[in-house]
Amino acid sequence: MSIPITLEFSGGAELLFDRQKRHDIDLPKQENPWRIQELLPWIRDNILKERPELFMQGNTVRPGILVLVNDTDWELMGELEYNLQPNDRIIFISTLHGG
Amino acid sequence: MPLACGLCDKQAILKRPKTGDALCKECFFLAFEEEVHQTITDASLFIKGETVAIGASGGKDSTVLAYVMKILNERYDYNLNLVLLSIDEGITGYRDDSLESVKRNEIQYGLPLKIVSYEELYGWTMDAIVKQIGLKNNCTFCGVFRRQALDRGALMLKVDKIVTGHNADDVAETVIMNVLRGDIGRLRRCTAITTGTDGALPRCKPFKYTYEKEIVMYAYFRKLDYFSTECIYSPNAYRGFARAYIKDLEKIRPSAIIDIIHSGESLSVKKEVKMPVQGVCVRCGYISSNTVCKACIMLEGLNKGLPRLGIGKTHKERLKMAEQIGEKEDSSINSQNLKSCVSDHFRPKSNSTSFEKNQLDSFWVQISQSGQSCCKSNTVGCSCQRSVVCKDVTAGIQSSVEQQKINSSVIDF
Repeated sequence: MSIPITLEFSGGAELLFDRQKRHDIDLPKQENPWRIQELLPWIRDNILKERPELFMQGNTVRPGILVLVNDTDWELMGELEYNLQPNDRIIFISTLHGG
Repeated sequence: MPLACGLCDKQAILKRPKTGDALCKECFFLAFEEEVHQTITDASLFIKGETVAIGASGGKDSTVLAYVMKILNERYDYNLNLVLLSIDEGITGYRDDSLESVKRNEIQYGLPLKIVSYEELYGWTMDAIVKQIGLKNNCTFCGVFRRQALDRGALMLKVDKIVTGHNADDVAETVIMNVLRGDIGRLRRCTAITTGTDGALPRCKPFKYTYEKEIVMYAYFRKLDYFSTECIYSPNAYRGFARAYIKDLEKIRPSAIIDIIHSGESLSVKKEVKMPVQGVCVRCGYISSNTVCKACIMLEGLNKGLPRLGIGKTHKERLKMAEQIGEKEDSSINSQNLKSCVSDHFRPKSNSTSFEKNQLDSFWVQISQSGQSCCKSNTVGCSCQRSVVCKDVTAGIQSSVEQQKINSSVIDF
């Protein structure tokens, strides 16, 4: 069974995704639970449109991109280790853009 | 599972980078606002009755600043008259969009808005400048022009002070950049919460100790309307590196940002290090550490069709312009001083004592590269008896150079 989740990109992060802020996706079924650690490369390989180095650095998000899991700072949710649940809403906000 | 708030029993929504505390939404809002209030009162930034312009770009920092200033002004009875001030650099597809968000802020926050444009101040939009000079040094133009534009706009509005949305990350970045550049003058000034008290208008940074992460989280949870995009022209690469470096450090140790600011604040500059003396531009009257300010030189270049004039070191052009204005510096050359000054500090490798054309050449280049003091390496012992911006020497050098008909392209800019 696939896992439906919602991704949102803002604060300038959406520029890497064809300016599309909201993406409703279905993560394919896999044996182990989906963690953010696996979600990030999936995003990079499936929906990111340009400059992957501005989204990821090593196996995590580029420092300066904030991540929220259901409106809570991912730093309180285990960061990369967080196990994704159906209908989770993951938000990526870039702090790296001026105005 | 998320933790409980450290101050109440609600569910925490964020981990504060500065303290590591987990807070709920309401406690975070309060902590954020109270800290800014604390910064404002500790530094006595405002006096009751003042008119304060908020430099508003439509981006996250200035949008949150406008919102928080309005809240605190009411909550703590600052009795300030707040206005929004925006600069339109004339960048189609970037600034015109962000100004729309400032216009929405004007209505949402009920604050009057004034927009001043590069076009009305300088006769040039950034779009037109980029057409002239390309994408290499455009950020230099934009930065120099913006700084003045904010002051000029503020003068038009007859305000007492300007506040800007510079945050802790910005200040830490600037400290690092000034260290890397060896710019001691700016290094000493850049951590000050208020600058420009000796000039026309003081500028303050109420977010000096506020982390960017918290500003963005605050804007997100308060659902503030801000605009974020990249400037369509090339970003400032040097600052970009400093920025990435700071963010990498923050990831490892979040207090790094506040620690860098603390280091910057605690630096003391040796007495022997001479600082550039702040004067005013003879052409436009704006504060400048040179006879003619950088903006005037850049503008002159644009208007003459020589747009690269203001890029790099500009001593020669400054002197020319000052002369044209009739403020000619006393250029009586003390050639003995000049020679000894050169030989003391830029002694040719050959150890030759004769002052040949090629040595003059290299001295001029070194002066150009070394910035404003003619004897930067040892200002105290300078045999010309002058420690900073030794105009006699630079003017002397220049006329000697001209007398000898050296190709000016190898000398400066």
